[in-house]
Amino acid sequence: MMSKTTTALATLAALGALTGAAQAEIRLGVSVSATGPAAFLGDPEAKTLEMLVEQLNEEGGINGEEIALTLYDDGGDPNKARTFATRLVEDDEVVAIIGGSTTGTTMSILSVAEDEGIPFISLAGAISIIDPVREFVFKTPHTDRMACEKIFTDMQAQDITRIGMISGTDGFGASMQAQCKDVAGEYGIEIVADETYGPQDADMTPQLTRIRNTDGVQAVLNPGFGQGPAIVTRNVAQLGFEVPLYQSHGVASDAFIELAGAEAAEGLRLPGTALLIADKLAEDDAQYEVVTSYTEAYKAKYDQDVSTFGGYAHDAFALIVDAISRAGDSEDPQAIRDALEETSGLVGTTGTYAFSPEDHLGLDLSAFRMLEIKDGDWLSVE
Amino acid sequence: MDALLQFLFSGLTVGAVYALVALGFTIIYNASDVVNFAQGEFVMLGGMITVFTYQAGLPLPLAAVIAILVTSAIGVALNKLAIEPARGAPVVSLIIITIGASIVIRGATQLIFDKQLHRFPSFSGDDPIHVLGATILPQSLWVIAGALAVFVGLWIFFTRTLTGKAVLATANNRVAAQLVGINTGWVMTLSFGLSAAIGAFAGVLVTPITLVGYDVGVALALKGFAAAMLGGMGNPKGALVGGLLLGCFEALTAGYLSSQYKEAVAFIVILGVLFVMPQGLFGSKSTERV
Repeated sequence: MMSKTTTALATLAALGALTGAAQAEIRLGVSVSATGPAAFLGDPEAKTLEMLVEQLNEEGGINGEEIALTLYDDGGDPNKARTFATRLVEDDEVVAIIGGSTTGTTMSILSVAEDEGIPFISLAGAISIIDPVREFVFKTPHTDRMACEKIFTDMQAQDITRIGMISGTDGFGASMQAQCKDVAGEYGIEIVADETYGPQDADMTPQLTRIRNTDGVQAVLNPGFGQGPAIVTRNVAQLGFEVPLYQSHGVASDAFIELAGAEAAEGLRLPGTALLIADKLAEDDAQYEVVTSYTEAYKAKYDQDVSTFGGYAHDAFALIVDAISRAGDSEDPQAIRDALEETSGLVGTTGTYAFSPEDHLGLDLSAFRMLEIKDGDWLSVE
Repeated sequence: MDALLQFLFSGLTVGAVYALVALGFTIIYNASDVVNFAQGEFVMLGGMITVFTYQAGLPLPLAAVIAILVTSAIGVALNKLAIEPARGAPVVSLIIITIGASIVIRGATQLIFDKQLHRFPSFSGDDPIHVLGATILPQSLWVIAGALAVFVGLWIFFTRTLTGKAVLATANNRVAAQLVGINTGWVMTLSFGLSAAIGAFAGVLVTPITLVGYDVGVALALKGFAAAMLGGMGNPKGALVGGLLLGCFEALTAGYLSSQYKEAVAFIVILGVLFVMPQGLFGSKSTERV
């Protein structure tokens, strides 16, 4: 990654020497978890950012200025993330930072960004990143609390009032479990069974049997990611437990249907983004253009399907580019931050962003679409 | 009643997975007193290589055989490249070498294959078998049968064959074993090859249930290690019983007490057993003659 940047700098320097005038460039810093346990988040994020920077520079950059990308791989380690954030600010002198694939690494980068006054867009989920609002910190993924609210809204519409929850004990599952328990009351939903499983567990039938034996359970909700939700889905089918099953946005990918098996996953619902149903969006959908161009470009370049996580990086980059082009001064982090906070109506892959001094997430529940698995494919139920 | 049966089915499924991993530890341990912490990676390799050869269009049984052979070769390479050059080093150093090897294998796997989770179809479909109101998947029966088969194979190997006895002799006293004409270098190569093959075989059987990704090995190795310690390290019977017991403890705790405490309870039971019987349930008492 570094050598690529150095080459880019060398090329620019050479160009400058030839033409006799140094070309201005915008220094953008990134620290994501491209390897390690959070690689499934960081890998598509890094690829997305590299692709978008390349695209933008080919098209002439922002107001004629090219973007110089410095990308570090923190491997999911908060200590490394802090070191890289400091290096980005002090050595690479970047004007903005994108990154923090996990809530842990985000918290490390966040303190550096706040101290140094550099705008930072996080790619992690936790609500604590933007609540309370911090001056220089923004984020693109919706919070797990919003996922709970979206699911409960859907349950409410079906007159479901008593549910069982089975959550992963990993960071994602535990956080969403807490948020769901917190907001359930507002939707008139009672959690009558609350079970957990370890992220590497191979069988969840005991927990599901307990939920089944609890009186009056009308639906099951499974916050978690990785293999857990796929195994829960298979176990529910194995037990012949016939209540609606809800999964979280953590497993919103085509790979999930494959892992859980189309038959076991039939009828399952989860909140997902427009990216997941890119090929089924109506042409007049507000997100049609941005989603289609991103999925096509990514597929062409990497021969892989896009993921929701790469979409978060896509949106963070679009927000930064939009803010810099409005800021007037691409050298001034404070001006970029101010422009970022004034963002309104920016259509991304995750939703339509509108920041304000009180809201550094800028998404509402409409960003989520309730999806159902039907015949091994996603179907929007709205 | 049907709940109890369901918990036991779950415990047997998970326990058979642990037992298969634990059985893989026994051969290398019996040949060299080394606990091979790369054993979990052998399981992972068995699953991953099968997934990718199967996706490449080969029939599943052939893909599985290829995975077992390739993993076995990797086991032999691990012995030749890392363990043999360190000959004479204390056992603790060799154990640390296996931890290093597991990190290398994990890193190489995510580069050569990918970082996603995978699975291939169950051998006999996914229709659950109903027994008295409880259900078990056909694949679970495959895993249980696989664990039993490996156990019987190892038991015959160590008690009925000359090669098996040569392996035990090598662990007991390497110099004495050489003096009676045992090629100890060959015994080490054989034990790594066999252990890796058993690990890969486990990976092939459990992948339809547990799914496989480059990083599943660590957790499997830890649980398998715990099972082997509970039953008595180096004893195939201990590995089998230890694995099944550990699985059943976890399932019963999750079913009757709380899923929050299932691992805690399992490990407290292990600690309790080791406190009373430091060699594990079936471990032989080692006597040191001066």
